[in-house]
Amino acid sequence: MTDIYNAYINTAEVKGSGSGILSGVRVSIKDNISTKDIETTCASKILKGYIPPYDAHVITRLKAEGAIIAGKTNMDEFGMGSTTENSAFGPTLNPRDVTRVPGGSSGGSAAAVAGGLVSMALGSDTGGSVRCPAAWCGVVGLKPSYGRVSRFGLIAYANSFEQIGPMTTNVRDAAKLFSVIAGHDPKDSTSVNKPYDGNVVPEISGKTIGIPKEYFGEGVDAGVSGEVRKAIGKLEELGANIVDVSLPSMKYALPAYYVTCTCEASSNLGRFDGVRFGPEPEMNLPWHDAYTKVREAGFGGEVRRRILLGTFALSAGYYGKYYVKAQHAKQLIAKDFAAALQTCDMLAGPTMPNIAPKIGELTADPLQMYQADILTVPVNIAGIPAISVPCGTAHKMPVGLQLMGRMFGEETILNAALAYEEAV
Amino acid sequence: MVKENEVLHIAELADIGISSAELGKFTEQFNAILEYFDILDTLEASGPLMRPLVNVFREDEVTPSISQEDALRNSHNPEDGYVRAPRVI
Amino acid sequence: MADEDFTVIIGLEVHCQLDTASKLFCGCSADFRADAPNTHVCPVCLGLPGAMPVLNKKAIEYALKVAKALNCRIPEEGEFCRKNYFYPDLVKAYQITMGDNPLALGGYIEIEDDAGNPKVVNLTRIHVEEDPGRLVHMGNKERGHYTLVDYNRSGIPLIEMVTEPELSSPKEARRLLNKLRATLEYLDVFDPEKEGSIRVDANISIKGHERVEIKNISSYKGVEKALTFEITRQKNLIRRGGTISRETRHFQEGKGTTTSARSKEVANDYRYFPEPDLPVIRVSDWVEKIALPELPDARRDRFMSQYGIAVNHARTLTGDLHLAEFYELAAPVGAQITASWVADILIGELNYRDMPLSKVTSHADQFKELVILVRDKTITDKAGVDVLRVWLDSLHENGSPESPAAIVARLGLIREAGESFRGIVEKILAKNPQAIADHKAGKKGALNFIVGQVMKETKGKSDPREIHAMIAEILGE
Repeated sequence: MTDIYNAYINTAEVKGSGSGILSGVRVSIKDNISTKDIETTCASKILKGYIPPYDAHVITRLKAEGAIIAGKTNMDEFGMGSTTENSAFGPTLNPRDVTRVPGGSSGGSAAAVAGGLVSMALGSDTGGSVRCPAAWCGVVGLKPSYGRVSRFGLIAYANSFEQIGPMTTNVRDAAKLFSVIAGHDPKDSTSVNKPYDGNVVPEISGKTIGIPKEYFGEGVDAGVSGEVRKAIGKLEELGANIVDVSLPSMKYALPAYYVTCTCEASSNLGRFDGVRFGPEPEMNLPWHDAYTKVREAGFGGEVRRRILLGTFALSAGYYGKYYVKAQHAKQLIAKDFAAALQTCDMLAGPTMPNIAPKIGELTADPLQMYQADILTVPVNIAGIPAISVPCGTAHKMPVGLQLMGRMFGEETILNAALAYEEAV
Repeated sequence: MVKENEVLHIAELADIGISSAELGKFTEQFNAILEYFDILDTLEASGPLMRPLVNVFREDEVTPSISQEDALRNSHNPEDGYVRAPRVI
Repeated sequence: MADEDFTVIIGLEVHCQLDTASKLFCGCSADFRADAPNTHVCPVCLGLPGAMPVLNKKAIEYALKVAKALNCRIPEEGEFCRKNYFYPDLVKAYQITMGDNPLALGGYIEIEDDAGNPKVVNLTRIHVEEDPGRLVHMGNKERGHYTLVDYNRSGIPLIEMVTEPELSSPKEARRLLNKLRATLEYLDVFDPEKEGSIRVDANISIKGHERVEIKNISSYKGVEKALTFEITRQKNLIRRGGTISRETRHFQEGKGTTTSARSKEVANDYRYFPEPDLPVIRVSDWVEKIALPELPDARRDRFMSQYGIAVNHARTLTGDLHLAEFYELAAPVGAQITASWVADILIGELNYRDMPLSKVTSHADQFKELVILVRDKTITDKAGVDVLRVWLDSLHENGSPESPAAIVARLGLIREAGESFRGIVEKILAKNPQAIADHKAGKKGALNFIVGQVMKETKGKSDPREIHAMIAEILGE
């Protein structure tokens, strides 16, 4: 099958030696997940040619269950972007309309699934990077609770927020793939021992669903909110109780998210200096000069912008104003979600405020691009799970219904998503 | 307002490099984004932070290292098992 | 300006490698010194993309043991953080260390000041951090300038102990280090024999002037040397009317001098922030359960009361765990004579040969045999020293030494009664009328020369006290 959407950076296939529930199933992998002996680039020039000597924990799990690793998918460089245009390997196209972006940063994985190249893929979600492209390409995407899936081998962008998650054509496949990757890994100190048994059943009746008013506020496209309201109506028809809730701290979400993730990124990306991997530095130059040349040439514009922002926010005199405050904002947001989820079994709203934009539309102004993440970022800050399920179309493009669950409450949102999927 | 020379200083701290052609645009974007971040400073930073996890350890047990070949595989012109790096003197 | 006006203020940051089996954040073996470069590495300690740290529990237990022994307070919560800077030995461009929330705060160490009086030096903090890799080779003009790096050391656990600026001389600094080393060795968390296992940064200033930091001094002797050099440099600069600038300097071990580091190297803003991949630690309640062994001061006091030896001997013997253990092994043959032979003679002879004590400890019985030979006056003290030297040389060279008794027999060193040397004494007296005249004129020690000559002539078989008595008799005193 030709890769007409530029979904892949690398189409190498490796068959797992084990046999299990994924025997013979081809699974595409976002290119920020380390695969032993297969080039892993994060869609960056700075990692071109880098061959990891080890497998990420999720890859070890996939291989043990007999999966075939089917190529490494395109993404925004190091996960920094919401369109999969910030790639050293060119943009990925949205299979539903090739003049539009697939969303990001796991756009390659979403396109591979939406384009019928595979039925399952892994993405990673730092501020919406699984759910955004899932919504815009019309596939299912799950962002697990923080700690439920090991990050060992996931090339870190923002450690505090990210999780690896399944991207699939349907909810049952998402549940199956999630059951393979969830569970404790001693190599990730933030990993928790919460395996998932994969027993997904359509179940929504009697559940209380909170509708945060902030998810239908200014900036949300009327076509999108209309489709999502219809979907919520469907859930009500299926027996759910719908209640209104509010998340007052959401105004801090985007700044807290971007401060924290740029700070962490500025530090995480320090190791890309060309010495142990990456483009060869000029050995005859003093190290700062040699590193600067490698990093200026190797990182794209958005990556360098975020490294600069994070370096600034952590620098002497600003740490207290930005990083420390962002941690307190994070706590407030988490408390808001916890409070709402005490009375509700889950929250529902749109995944993205708009449909997939045209190629080039969103990248001109970084702040505008950051604001596209407004409905996905809060979940990463709170650490809770969320799933995006296709729910109709607006302006002829797919719309995603986002269901947000309690901490480690993936079962509830997967079951609700399955109930919805089977009913429409 | 962050000035161009501050952005240059930050670029130097980050070993990231910035061309004079980019500097103006970067500084402008920088300021727009930082202004957007300013709402955080209205928050009271009080009370301890939540700790969902504490005391995660491993036992002091030796596990196999990777081979020297694998360790050097992605480096450039290693010499006698050593990784080559830019000069420091 | 008179010299007395220069009050010296010194603070130390001492880094010691903890003697764990594996590294701080990964399972790679920490026993790397004999092995080829980059063979004790993995994705974690190479800083490969995607690798994550997992904290070695034993490193925290060891650090807590040190903190308890040094009387520190353990805050409720400790937090690892990242110290960001670029250098080829630092794989991730940050070092995982501890910042505002270290493992331990406060504490103190007791040493003696230069006048021999007890002095308490307060500690600021103790924290745990990872060692960087090792830059092992620089290029040259023919091959171009570059660096070669071995990451085997990357991720070895370190504790950093920071003192308050309360030390007043390089000798005090040296004593503090010796005390720290001994304490850590007693605690069985540190092996001072391993190359590079201790490294020191020193802050030093002359009262009323700016502070200078000297980085990365890697030996005990180096600390005293670097500080002595730096004090002289600063004093001279002040005397000439110059200004001390606040700066970082590197110690050049070979030359014994310090040189200014370039500003680019030190104009750093480390941008500390919490390590997001490591949960915080709450270990203050572990301290109660830690049982401390007998520490150097307690052992010193016990040696004095149990063996009746002098304080200077007791201090020397307990200043090194293995020395103290060796002494206790040999002491049954005579506590005082053994103390003297170990502290006053053996240590010097070992240092002279650059020989570790460990070479001797496995042959303690032969050392005891030597002490017994001296104790029972089978040989003289002088002959004893000669036997010790021969014994150590043979041990140094082939590892299986000739026994002291055999050496005595082979060299014919058995002490003989004074009478058999009367002829030699008379002959030497006759040759040295000046010494006798000096002696008669009341010059102290004039006869020692004569006695020395006799000792030489008799190959140490004569007892100097007997010879003294015989000379007095001959001279009719």
